Amino acid sequence: MSQRVRLNPIACEAHGMCAELLPERITLDEWGYPLIDDEPLPHALVGHAKRAAAACPTFALLIEREREGK
Amino acid sequence: MSGLPRLLAGIPASGALDLDGHVRTHGELPHERRHRRRESPLIELVEHAGLRGRGGAGFPAARKLRAVGASRRRPIVVVNAAEGEPASLKDKTLCQLAPHLVLDGAQLVAEALGADEVLFCVCETSPDSAESVAPAIEERGSSQGEVPVRLSVVPSGYVSGQESALVNHLGGGAALPKSTPPMPFEQGVKRRPTLINNAETLAHVALIARHGSAWFRELGTPSQPGSALVTLSGPVAHAGVYEIEPGSSLSSLLEAAGGADGQPRAALLGGYAGAWIDGSLLRGVALADEHLAVHGASLGAGVVALLSEDACAVAETARIARWLSDQGAGQCGPCVNGLDALASTIEQIAAGEAHGDTGARIERLATLTRQRGACGHPDGAVRFILSSLQTFADEFADHGRHGRCDACGRAAELPLPLPLDARIDASRRRVVPA
Repeated sequence: MSQRVRLNPIACEAHGMCAELLPERITLDEWGYPLIDDEPLPHALVGHAKRAAAACPTFALLIEREREGK
Repeated sequence: MSGLPRLLAGIPASGALDLDGHVRTHGELPHERRHRRRESPLIELVEHAGLRGRGGAGFPAARKLRAVGASRRRPIVVVNAAEGEPASLKDKTLCQLAPHLVLDGAQLVAEALGADEVLFCVCETSPDSAESVAPAIEERGSSQGEVPVRLSVVPSGYVSGQESALVNHLGGGAALPKSTPPMPFEQGVKRRPTLINNAETLAHVALIARHGSAWFRELGTPSQPGSALVTLSGPVAHAGVYEIEPGSSLSSLLEAAGGADGQPRAALLGGYAGAWIDGSLLRGVALADEHLAVHGASLGAGVVALLSEDACAVAETARIARWLSDQGAGQCGPCVNGLDALASTIEQIAAGEAHGDTGARIERLATLTRQRGACGHPDGAVRFILSSLQTFADEFADHGRHGRCDACGRAAELPLPLPLDARIDASRRRVVPA
């Protein structure tokens, strides 16, 4: 089952920890908010993504399993 | 025979259609029975009618009903007449002139879904709507065993009528959007599955239940069947709310409104999340999404706002862009920063004080702002801004070089909310023949 990075944009306060810990998928815009590549995470990145989510001070970063439909 | 009016039929010159008049005009409400373990026939009827939501997004009404009905939990029905779009008055008009049609629709969907509660949301800036809906609820009573309806007044704001914002508000919080999923149909008010329908959508349901899906489709286009309410504003003899047939020409709407005052510079379709059509193209415009798509526009919530030739399109764009930036919920960083930066850039161009490649700057800001909010506000505001820059490219270039023009100081044309809702008098309700 594939997993993706998802952001709760309301919770995000631009601390920028995620871009430090998951630069493969997350860069910061000119205001410090994350720009996220939400392609499915390859196995090798899942651990890093989980660490990035855990490091977010506002719990704005979520690792989501593929949802069926919408 | 044109088949119009439908929603606005039988409305007396004095104002609202009361319950007696409503029943005389439309007939008794054919109550819906909840079918155990079986889908209510109403949903299939709405599906065959091809009814789409009239709040702006145009989502198929039957699919939304099914999504809510799929849950085992008892759902809640919300009537959305918050109508935060300043250029739209159609839901307020409906609440004030034909509240029973909306209440009928709410009853029907509540019965079809087995809901035990209907919450009717009107905006605080429209006390007339509350003053009309409250006695209408009272008048119906609970004598017919109707699902109880409670009126809720929503704080004003462009985004407060957004679905998740209503869920937040009805749960006792601020009327601000929240991050989805979960979607309201999964987990909405009181964490129960919640059907949120625009007021006009429900009014159509009330008529579909009475007259059937084939009747409904006698008007409109294959993808936008039925009639539709539009709010016409700008330099016309009689601005106001009209019931039209989707697919009919913009010219026929303008004719019914007593004609445009000169050749308009452009028309804004769909509202402040919508797009402009240049004045030179207006003659051939048909008011249906399949025709408007070539212009990058859609009917949205039914807004048609004309801008006169004498107005300064750049000053108008700058004013609306700033307002859209201010109207954000202030929750999502990219929307807060992006819309403010876009509005500032447009203000600088308008004043002739912009430096460097403003086109590239706007392009970059648009990319950084779009699709990065919890709700669709940044996307809609960016669409409006980019459409304005494209449609009024010559005026923007001129302001970029020479600064403010003679028309910049003219009185503003595009409607923004007044301190208190301008009362809708019955004479502003009109009907356009197909």
